[in-house]
Amino acid sequence: MSLLIKGVSVLGAEPTDVHVEGGVIREIGTLSANVDEVVDASGLVLLPGLVDLHTHLRQPGREDAETVASGAAAAAAGGYTAVLAMANTSPVTDTAEAAVSVWDLGREAGLADVFPVGAVTKGLAGEELAELSLMNRSRAGVKVFSDDGRCVSDPRVMRRALEYVKAFGGVISQHSQDPSLAPYGSACCHEGELSGRLGLPGWPGVAEEVIVARDVMLARHTGSRVHVAHASTAGTVEVLRWAKAQAEKDGSWAVTAEVTPHHLLLTTDLLAGYDPTFKVNPPLRPAEDVEALRAALADGTIDAVATDHAPHARQDKEHAFVDAAFGMLGLEEALSVVSTVMVSSGLLDWAGVARVMSTTPARIAGLEEHGRPIAVGEPANLALIDPAATYVVDRDRSLSLSRNNPWHDRKLTGRVVATFLRGKQTYAG
Amino acid sequence: MTRHLLSIDDVSAEEIQRLFATAAEMHDVQKREVKKLPALRGRTVINLFFEDSTRTRSSFEIAGKWLSADVINLSAKGSSTSKGESLRDTVLTVTAMGVDGLVMRHSASGAAHQVAGWLDIPVINAGDGMHEHPTQALLDGYTLQRQLGGPGSLEGKRIAIVGDLTHSRVFRSNVKSLIKLGASVTAVAPPTLMPSGITEWAKADGFATSYSLDDVLPEVDAVMMLRVQRERMSGGYFPTSREYTVGYGLTRQRLGMLREGAPILHPGPMNRGLEISPEAADAASSRILDQVSAGVAIRMSVLYHLLAGEESA
Repeated sequence: MSLLIKGVSVLGAEPTDVHVEGGVIREIGTLSANVDEVVDASGLVLLPGLVDLHTHLRQPGREDAETVASGAAAAAAGGYTAVLAMANTSPVTDTAEAAVSVWDLGREAGLADVFPVGAVTKGLAGEELAELSLMNRSRAGVKVFSDDGRCVSDPRVMRRALEYVKAFGGVISQHSQDPSLAPYGSACCHEGELSGRLGLPGWPGVAEEVIVARDVMLARHTGSRVHVAHASTAGTVEVLRWAKAQAEKDGSWAVTAEVTPHHLLLTTDLLAGYDPTFKVNPPLRPAEDVEALRAALADGTIDAVATDHAPHARQDKEHAFVDAAFGMLGLEEALSVVSTVMVSSGLLDWAGVARVMSTTPARIAGLEEHGRPIAVGEPANLALIDPAATYVVDRDRSLSLSRNNPWHDRKLTGRVVATFLRGKQTYAG
Repeated sequence: MTRHLLSIDDVSAEEIQRLFATAAEMHDVQKREVKKLPALRGRTVINLFFEDSTRTRSSFEIAGKWLSADVINLSAKGSSTSKGESLRDTVLTVTAMGVDGLVMRHSASGAAHQVAGWLDIPVINAGDGMHEHPTQALLDGYTLQRQLGGPGSLEGKRIAIVGDLTHSRVFRSNVKSLIKLGASVTAVAPPTLMPSGITEWAKADGFATSYSLDDVLPEVDAVMMLRVQRERMSGGYFPTSREYTVGYGLTRQRLGMLREGAPILHPGPMNRGLEISPEAADAASSRILDQVSAGVAIRMSVLYHLLAGEESA
């Protein structure tokens, strides 16, 4: 299978042609190669295939909400060629066998490379370390570990985890949220004026910030690597800015961070109607936080965009707000949201989008075949974007099995039109 | 008039006065030997209570019955968690039996709002978590207005609401309704029992807050004491009930700080000795039992306006 992408703007540069054969980029320039297929890509932008550090694919356990295959299809539709699948399935991904099973399901689906994230602690209980090294040695090659959905709140456990993964270059992705700062563990939104008015128990931003602050100090102490999942507050950005400067000076440890598309655009006032579609953890925050997160993504304080794609069956969202499930879909619209929020405003150019949605997340996760430059000899993991396309999101057109889509009815600019995994087209818009 | 009564936001000041005027007529009916009116004959009202309640449920039940509606009480306690049937399925099932109006209480804030979106019959919020309890606020405003001199008499009056504001739906509804009625409200609580963001909220909506009951009490025309649950102590909101009473209880000593005849309200059930002393609860100026009888009149008025419709008014 050979392919010629004609007149495409690589990372937003002047149009050129890209020749792909055998899953690899063969030539770049003004070409007239004899190929199986020619794609007219004039006006389109070519990015390296996107890499998502944070998805929930629900298999095993909740195949009614999502499977590895349906999640991979949604990923491909979003321009992704690699996704990291969080460990909070049932059973939990806390053994090599469980990790390999997810890995194999991803290979079978063949629509995106699915890399399992291993649990930090057995059963996500936050007490004893899971078999981190065995997961790493398995063919799934797990390098990212997270109890996501829960915070590794015990500092003793977090310290040991950070120390332990140094043996094989692993990283702990932390869901930063001190559970003791939420009333009776029932928090369901951002604590602020609106939660006060609505009578909803909330998490204050500081519940996130104290854990981020603690974890960067632990990473410095242990000489290890911590990744802050879904940063959501301006205070977190301040801590990260300080911590990154220290880490750069010291050179012996590292902190990275991601932000979700929804925390870049949606604000807490959407909760006024008690619609559980907008119930997510960490919660939607006020506009000041959203502004700080955008600026931090633009200046590199936040390294990556990660979706926290969290499908839920309809009945799990049709409870009273405090009882409904946390989470929202994200894979299919992530690029459009980043384009709308960051590119249209001039905060990022397309090279910047490639950095925060592909190159850097691949580096954080230690993926060698993804997030590569678009250059001769590199694997043809590619996403083709129409930067001018404006559309209104329709949740019923999703490839996900779930419909908890916070972008429904929203107008977005910039759209994925095709995705290629090792030269094979995995999505055609 | 609004289709549902989910929040005090649903009714304007004029509509509140109309509800009060109807309630006053209903109140007179209560004094008759034969109390039944035919207004809702043939209509069915369900009291769907996901949370225990004695007084609110029976108040709605009596109100419905005196309007000749068929009133069914359903306790759905325990089905409020994500483990069981979804809330949507529960209310669709219950109302599919042929119901004309739903009175609903739930321990979750916003539950009545969500349910109103799924149903095409009027929904009356009988208390949703920490959010609102609109009929309680209406009966409180009605009681105060009657006491202070009839329609318009709350204009410019100073009213203190004292107690566990964070967890109180009575506070959230009352602050809105008393402001609509023209009163000047001061919310009094220790900082730990003030709702998050109340400073911005109070500024935007035009009410005052204070940590000192002693500063506020001599200035007010009426005081509304809120129930304080003893279990809040384990949540670290205050150290002991003794300390709470010293700071925020309407004690015998504090009774003397109130203006002569200033009405004392409490939504019940009272913790005598904690937020309110027996001397205050039983004082001549206490309107606590009037609140209960006003409750039936207000709920008759609300049921009448939402279910019988304007045309039959």
